[in-house]
Amino acid sequence: MRQVPLWKPALILFTVLLSLLYVFPSVNHGVPAWWPSWLPHQVIAQGLDLQGGLHLLLNVESDKAVEQTAENLVDEVRGILRKEQLRYQSVEREGIDTVSIVLTESGDSPKYRQVLEKELPTTQFGEDAGSKKLRLTIKPLEQKEIRRFALEQSIQTIRSRIDQFGVTEPTIQKQGEDRILVQLPGLNDPTRAKALIGRTARLEFKMVDEKGDLNAALAGRVPPGDVILYGNKESGQKGRQAYLLKKRTVLSGDLLTDARVNFSQYSEAYVSITFNRQGERKFAQLTGEHVNERMAIVLDNVVYSAPVIREKIEGGRAQISGSFSTEEAHDLAIILRAGALPAPVKIVEERTVGPTLGQDSIDQGLASILIGGALVLFFMGVYYKGFGWLANMAVLLNVLMLMAALAMMQATLTMPGIAGAVLLMGMSVDANVLIFERIREELRLGKTPLAAIEHGYARAFATILDSHITTLITGLVLYQFGTGPVRGFAVTLSIGLIISMYTAVFVTRVVLDMILQGRHVRTLSV
Amino acid sequence: MELMHTKPRFDFVSLRTQILAFTFSGLLTLLSIGSLLVQGLNLGIDFSGGILVQVRFEKPPHVDQVRAALSHLHLGDVSIQQFGSAEEILIRIGQQSGNAEAQGALANKVVEAIKPTADGGKVELRRVEFVGPQVGSELVQSGLWAVFYSFLAILLYIAWRFEWRFAVGAILSLLHDVVITMGLFSVTQKEFTLVVLAAVLTIIGYSINDTIVVFDRVREERIRSKKLSIGMVINRAINDTLSRTIIVSLTVILVLVALLIFGGLVIHDFALALFVGVLLGTFSSIFVACQTVLLLDKKGPVTHEQPAPPPVTETP
Repeated sequence: MRQVPLWKPALILFTVLLSLLYVFPSVNHGVPAWWPSWLPHQVIAQGLDLQGGLHLLLNVESDKAVEQTAENLVDEVRGILRKEQLRYQSVEREGIDTVSIVLTESGDSPKYRQVLEKELPTTQFGEDAGSKKLRLTIKPLEQKEIRRFALEQSIQTIRSRIDQFGVTEPTIQKQGEDRILVQLPGLNDPTRAKALIGRTARLEFKMVDEKGDLNAALAGRVPPGDVILYGNKESGQKGRQAYLLKKRTVLSGDLLTDARVNFSQYSEAYVSITFNRQGERKFAQLTGEHVNERMAIVLDNVVYSAPVIREKIEGGRAQISGSFSTEEAHDLAIILRAGALPAPVKIVEERTVGPTLGQDSIDQGLASILIGGALVLFFMGVYYKGFGWLANMAVLLNVLMLMAALAMMQATLTMPGIAGAVLLMGMSVDANVLIFERIREELRLGKTPLAAIEHGYARAFATILDSHITTLITGLVLYQFGTGPVRGFAVTLSIGLIISMYTAVFVTRVVLDMILQGRHVRTLSV
Repeated sequence: MELMHTKPRFDFVSLRTQILAFTFSGLLTLLSIGSLLVQGLNLGIDFSGGILVQVRFEKPPHVDQVRAALSHLHLGDVSIQQFGSAEEILIRIGQQSGNAEAQGALANKVVEAIKPTADGGKVELRRVEFVGPQVGSELVQSGLWAVFYSFLAILLYIAWRFEWRFAVGAILSLLHDVVITMGLFSVTQKEFTLVVLAAVLTIIGYSINDTIVVFDRVREERIRSKKLSIGMVINRAINDTLSRTIIVSLTVILVLVALLIFGGLVIHDFALALFVGVLLGTFSSIFVACQTVLLLDKKGPVTHEQPAPPPVTETP
């Protein structure tokens, strides 16, 4: 038999050593102090189904962000028209992306158009011929930008909220056009975390309409420019208290610099907020203008309190009270500090796994791997004898290299991933079975052992290649179209298939050649 | 040790075998399609949307009491079922109207509601899954596309590496395996979840692997013994690979049995689907894929011996 070139066993030795280095941190649960920093220290991450935790898929309602922009545009248009002393009947939002302006006289539109087009470059004009109505629509490109920004901003805000809440190794990722994936491993109180993440936290100050008739409004006659909002706590038998407020937001939460929990003299928790310079000036001006009127503090369209302004407030501080528990006040402060979400988010998918269930899954997964694996190894050893143990070595090396690859890629191991690995053990045996059956056939035909090995490997290779590639195709399709657990499965299967080509075909052959090298072989243990 | 000491010489291509095989496969396929059409799949909340809550009591709970306690919440469609041990139950709640926040808080409401039914009031929340209707239908769609694209990719690969007849045979045998496995879930009304879908897709991978091995042998035999009829070639190829086919199926099934028994309930259905799929995949490689190639060949031109002489073009 010809000499085995030195690079072959050297390559195998190298891959084995490299795999061992990569697997060690995961098996050891971290690296010891003497472990040099240039050696790999990545650990295979456990999926939430194994570790326990909270998985959330959020849908950012970016339509609302566009709508809000249009709402702001209404104020802007009014301001511009007032400044230019152009008269109008009404300026209102129409649909989610349009502001409609009704002029006092038809035929004036070119003048208005010229002014507004100059001041508002992000909009495009439309008008019904001969009517008094002008339409300003936010340009499609700008709308796309608003949506993109809403998503990016939401991710940042949610990340900042979670960081302040204190969760180790959270995952916060963009998914598709308008979704955010949030994964919080090892979480104890998912309900509280969900409230913290999902809240829009739009803080607004609105004036109470002191002249309006609340009862008439409740009966359906809401004065123009007003809105009815409700309080945050049930009060007596009447349910939530209703407030008649001016629709216009006089001051909003984006001018905050800080929010903290404090306790009143009755040890009731409240949140004190501090405005920035601009907010401070606005707040002082507002309170000065509206002494003896009530100003409502509104969070996500719920009125928390509506105190009467006694005097002009300087120094830019205010407080939000509303009979909170300490925990509620603490979370509210976090949310206000992190800022509002630019658009509401909706939970479209949630998976919570308790820590005990995760541990059970690991235990059962490991047990089935060990038992299933042992059965296969035993069967192969008995059925193919010497060659069987050669195949077993290849299967074990496959598992080792698969774990190393998972650690190297920082992949996450999930329950279906473990199932994939177990299935893979069975399938990687297939390659060797194909080869061995071929060798037996060649021996039956009367070939010498060495020729039988040579032919066995050569003939089986085409089959192994075809079968691996087709299975790999399904693995890749699974990865492309699957989500979450299915993807984890596809990753282990695909990587494992590629490794299996190396271990089952290349490694077994080199080891076999080295064993038989220089010997006179008369029989084969197959 | 050897499964078959001499080369097996079973007749897989006789008319009798063909009739038996097609009757067997045809009946199962028809039954499956019928069940899928009539009663459909019992879609898990992954696809249908809804809420799933898994809780563990200290002592086995009375399901009737739990059901009564939950009826006060007016949740509509609620199913309660024991899960694994006697202490654990799985509560499935249909899609709720109302905003996300209310949906999110529901799991806690459920736990609060059933606490009084437990001795000592101790209930552990083990798992909550909530899937919105939109996500559910997206998953159904992406699942169907996954099946479609894997079929297409396999079809093209086999047509390129072999012949279109082989590609048709392979796809028919894949359809056979997928339809009957899904039919099993429809007939038994076992829950069809995302994980089961992953299993079905894996079956495609396994079944094609098995089919390719036999096809490869057919191709090789055809080159080597050109004088044999296609029927004899296929029969020889099946026989030659038979002990490999049995051994590989056996090892995979060994692993799956381990998963079924020791893997826990979360992957029990996954393992079950694979178990059935592997049996079907092994069967269909021989009795569906190969027979289809044979049938298509009989209809097509039989002569392979000589390529047609090049047409003589007469120059004017």
